[in-house]
Amino acid sequence: MISKSLRQNRFQFQKTFRLFSTLQSPTEQDFQELVKRAPSSLVVNHWEELEKYNKDWTGNYSGKSRIVCRPNSTKEVSSILEYCNERKIGVVPQAGNTGVVGGSIPIGDEVILSIEKLNQIHSFDGINGIVQCDAGVVLQTLQEKVAAWDALVPIDLGAKGTCMIGGNIATNAGGQYYYRFGSIHSNIIGLEVVLADGTILDLMSTNRKDNTGYDLKHLFVGSEGTLGVVTKVALNCPRLPSSRNVAFLACDSFQSVCETLAKAKEHLGEVLAAFEFMDKAVLDQVATEKRIPLLNDNGENYDFYVLVETQGSNEDHDMQKLELFLESTMESSQAVDGILAQDMKQVLDIWEIRESCNPIIKSKGYNYKYDISLPLDCYYDIANVMRDRLSKFPTVEVVNWGHVIDGNLHLNIIDKGEFKVREEVKELIEPFVFEYTISKKGSISAEHGLGQCKNEYLGKYAKDAATVAVMKNLKQSFDPNGILNPSKFLPSL
Amino acid sequence: MKILVGVKRVVDYAVKVRVGANGVELKNVKMSMNPFCEIATEAAVRLKENKAANVSEVVAVSVGPKQCQDTLRTALAMGCDRAIHVKTDLRGDYMELQSDSVAKIFQKIVEEKEQNTDLVLLGKQSIDSDCGQVGPMLAGFLNYPQATFAANIDLDGDGLKVERETDSGTETIKIPSLPAVITCDLRLNEPRYATLPNIMKAKKKKIDTIDANDLGVDLTAKNKVLEVYEPPPRKEGIVVEDVDELIAKLKNEAGLLQ
Repeated sequence: MISKSLRQNRFQFQKTFRLFSTLQSPTEQDFQELVKRAPSSLVVNHWEELEKYNKDWTGNYSGKSRIVCRPNSTKEVSSILEYCNERKIGVVPQAGNTGVVGGSIPIGDEVILSIEKLNQIHSFDGINGIVQCDAGVVLQTLQEKVAAWDALVPIDLGAKGTCMIGGNIATNAGGQYYYRFGSIHSNIIGLEVVLADGTILDLMSTNRKDNTGYDLKHLFVGSEGTLGVVTKVALNCPRLPSSRNVAFLACDSFQSVCETLAKAKEHLGEVLAAFEFMDKAVLDQVATEKRIPLLNDNGENYDFYVLVETQGSNEDHDMQKLELFLESTMESSQAVDGILAQDMKQVLDIWEIRESCNPIIKSKGYNYKYDISLPLDCYYDIANVMRDRLSKFPTVEVVNWGHVIDGNLHLNIIDKGEFKVREEVKELIEPFVFEYTISKKGSISAEHGLGQCKNEYLGKYAKDAATVAVMKNLKQSFDPNGILNPSKFLPSL
Repeated sequence: MKILVGVKRVVDYAVKVRVGANGVELKNVKMSMNPFCEIATEAAVRLKENKAANVSEVVAVSVGPKQCQDTLRTALAMGCDRAIHVKTDLRGDYMELQSDSVAKIFQKIVEEKEQNTDLVLLGKQSIDSDCGQVGPMLAGFLNYPQATFAANIDLDGDGLKVERETDSGTETIKIPSLPAVITCDLRLNEPRYATLPNIMKAKKKKIDTIDANDLGVDLTAKNKVLEVYEPPPRKEGIVVEDVDELIAKLKNEAGLLQ
């Protein structure tokens, strides 16, 4: 009977074994050649100097890469990949490095390919609402640029100041407006990708409708850098709404949250843009650093909070709908209290509370993070189940928030005051959370992806054998030498 | 104590304004209550909640088009008891209606409609015209004492003690007795959010409408706006690769080093 920790070590060993059995470690000559092909690259003798690229922000993953290639153009990307493919050197594409599953952190000394210098915005077609830009444009920069053209980028996340659009595409990032604008799949009009052997695949287009052949760009969306490196993007940008309103509501049960959601869809209709939820546990943590503007009569946080946003083209029309919705939820006590932002500053302050959940709980202790999709009728049950399971650990707190309108829960378990994994805590969480999720026919990774964190679970907790086999064939076909993001995304066995 | 609060409807402070042929573009732009007026409203409501202040009622006043009713509803939702809408379609961002006319309108309201007003609370300035003149002008027309840029207001016997923020420090002013005019600055308070129950209640509160032309005030602009233009765009900064490049640029391009 193999003990759990031995089993984990075996995975790690196999990962590394596989990594090094088919791929080469880059040598000094390799570094020189790569620098020739991409002169802005950084090569260092000690990996501490490349820490920013070798470590992720969660502190859970770190690599040993000694070179970060920073190509200036698609040609340079192609040249680097062509060389690495010939030499069978592993390459880890990296954008903003804001992921949570270690997808852009090397496992060994693979070469890091950063797209940070591919940062030009090429054009915006106002009539069609399509922006064309390089993959390394920071999301917030893109949002600000298209705002000047009265448009918006259809994704928005807390990491917008650092993440890059190419990374968002490679991970099929979700975010708070998924319900309103759809996924990246719905908004991607064109793509330019460089394949493992350096072939530049030009799938750039400004045609919204184009039924000519297999729609290859969708394969790259969410492929986490394992099929090719995204270098250019053509993205649908809806018109910036002239009316944007936010209400922050308090509910006393999760059932009420669901009823409020139903009311929101009924009354707000097409102007409903976002519907996020937070529980008392997470807001108690946020309250240690920020003022929560909605408290009960005892001056404490309510049990559940909901942030509702509307976006539309007519302020009066949206306000009318919003007031109907708010009156309706208050009258039937689905919402027991609430506030309505009276100006943009209040809109942004209320969003600040939602977006602070992640960074604030990170500062409190070690976070066991789970991003799962669940049916709404049991969405919050897991929180209480986990609280029971972990009740013998007084420093462990189960806090929750998420895009409830998409059925996506961010289940976070904080070990307060601890800053590393405790095996006795972890073994009560995993694989239970995954098994519970699939027993409810949910997804073990709603939007965060697989990276090096959950790739081994793909076959066991996500997809059946036939599906995984097809995925592996696809990978083999696009990247026969397996140089792109080795030992990630797909399971090793 | 009876309190009058002035609230102005302005372009939302978070909006990036654009300049058109006729000054700042107002079409389809988000409008909200002036942030300093929000602070004044909050100050009025807090005084009302303070039993020692013995406030009988708080009346919100706004001058502008029919959409000012939305701004007044916000003031009512924050806790004002009733409101007065002085209706005019003249632009309030200095292009048409200017500070002296607004001050005279408030004077008429205090002297003829809302007699026995003990305290007029206003924002220190509006973020569209940035004049900061209505408070002092109104105090002059009414011959009331004034304390501007208030960062703290305390009850003090029959009057008030106001701490003013100035560039050289805090100044404490004693207003021995009311009535008085006070304008409010940023650090006075953090305005409350409008809660849903209060928003519902506010719908039932009274808003009286008066046509600005019926007040017998000269509404014509005494100052003429010659030109409105955007400031020239700031030159983008550059990122240098290393210290040597920084020194080279400081020496050769910026001329800051010998």
